[in-house]
Amino acid sequence: MNIAVLIKQVPDTYSERTLRSADGILDRAAADPVLDEISERAVEAALQLKEAHGGEVTVVCMGPAPAADAIRKALSMGADRAVHLSDDALAGSDAVQTARALAQVIKTLPGVDLIVAGNGASDGRVSAVPAMVADVLDLPALTHARQITVDGTTVTVRRETDRGAVGLTAELPAVISVSEKINEPRYPSFKGIMTAKKKPITQLSIGDAGIGAAEAGLASALTKVTSVTPRPPKTAGTKTTDDGDGGAQIAAYLVAQKLI
Amino acid sequence: MAEVLILVDHLDGQVKKSTYELLAAARPLGEPSAVVVAAPGMAGQLTDALKQHGAEKIYLAETDRADFLTPEVDVLAALVESVAPAALLIGVSADGQEIAGRLAVRTGSGLLSEVVEIGPESVTHSAFGGAYRVEAVANTAHPVLTVRPGAAEVESSPGAGAEQTVEVPPPGRKAATVTSREPVTAGERPELTEASVVVSGGRGVGSAEQFGVVEELADVLGAAVGASRAAVDAGFYPPQFQVGQTGKTVSPQLYVALGISGAIQHRAGMQTSKTVVAVNKDPEAPIFDIADFGVVGDLFVVAPQLKDEITKRRG
Repeated sequence: MNIAVLIKQVPDTYSERTLRSADGILDRAAADPVLDEISERAVEAALQLKEAHGGEVTVVCMGPAPAADAIRKALSMGADRAVHLSDDALAGSDAVQTARALAQVIKTLPGVDLIVAGNGASDGRVSAVPAMVADVLDLPALTHARQITVDGTTVTVRRETDRGAVGLTAELPAVISVSEKINEPRYPSFKGIMTAKKKPITQLSIGDAGIGAAEAGLASALTKVTSVTPRPPKTAGTKTTDDGDGGAQIAAYLVAQKLI
Repeated sequence: MAEVLILVDHLDGQVKKSTYELLAAARPLGEPSAVVVAAPGMAGQLTDALKQHGAEKIYLAETDRADFLTPEVDVLAALVESVAPAALLIGVSADGQEIAGRLAVRTGSGLLSEVVEIGPESVTHSAFGGAYRVEAVANTAHPVLTVRPGAAEVESSPGAGAEQTVEVPPPGRKAATVTSREPVTAGERPELTEASVVVSGGRGVGSAEQFGVVEELADVLGAAVGASRAAVDAGFYPPQFQVGQTGKTVSPQLYVALGISGAIQHRAGMQTSKTVVAVNKDPEAPIFDIADFGVVGDLFVVAPQLKDEITKRRG
């Protein structure tokens, strides 16, 4: 079974993340870029399926040159090869453009049975790109998977969200997105890190992927950021040390603020 | 005046509060039209409530299709063609975001996600857990907006509520089939993302058993209960209650943080709360930097006392 895993490099959620004031685009230089945690879980899910059913795992990443670090991480976990769509013309692409571009890259891969992705990146929070890619490719989407079972050409998923659990089934090829609860991603082994250096990474420009210049990037985006305002930092108010009446003091504060 | 299509979120024959907010939030853009996609015989019982909350038109699409979320996408995509709406509004949820994304890519519409405010000319997003206010516009006709809870106050001025049955088109794309559904049984407490008061516990709570102290304070305040990532990772509280970057983003009137240090990860999920109250043993805890009222002390002493005070004042 050949699996493509969509991964994303994001600013570390444990660091300060900033937007460029000029165009509202993520300042990728300002925060530590990391492989998104949910992408690691997607890679893990793909590797487990490969271990059970055979085949190859191809990492697919759209992002600027430094995203190569995230790709290496996924390869060191055990993925076989990678495709990196990287082109200056892609900067500032919105969710619709991104989904279309990723679909184009997947079309360049021969015989993909399953596409696995995280259910939502920690930076953009559109949380719909896997389903959007499925819509473009006319493939079924089984999203927010807590469990994945493949039996022959049928894939079954237990979807878990706030609304409860839904059992979903479809014929391959299909798109799956995984939820945070699906697994604990493995740490790359020393051997994994060493062999990852020799694994092939195919570099694609937009032209290579069949994406027209008029379909990519900020200039042709379907949405436009018109202003970015950092929220003034919330300032500290009163701080007291409990002398036995801390709870009563909070109650008095809440009354004064008309909150109770 | 142009129509704004609002996808009605409903469960067990009840319209969700978020839909009423969208009916009000749509007004700067046009006249709100509610779109109901439901099982046969189920749509009709929602119309009164939608009309009471301002729906000028109500499109009723009933279907027994077993494909997942794609009936909603097909119905809305067909309405985009026939109605040419000024915009489409869908509440933020796992299902809503997916419907919105598919609809946007299929109809070539700009997708504006996690909108917190809708103006006549632009929308406002909150980025990185409220660290930025980002104003944005769509460069296309009929943009698709996913809207966060609290973007507008629910209004109870009735609309015309003109009903129109719409055909559910045949499936536009291959889709997954639903084989089972296990809805979550709603608890007694308000939903975390919609609650006006949230009481959260962190690592300082110490154990799952001791989380009762957080729940008891929440219950006298009529609040939802939240938990920090540290508390969830330690197994003190279930993951669906996690507040923070990798959990829920909340923006209540009052946020009470008990035993939460206030790592940036957590603040990203709650820093737009109107008022923050914090109790923590560590006077250096970063949560105090953003707390309107902070008490350095033992949460197991302070929280029960606060609970008793509130009960007493309410007599």
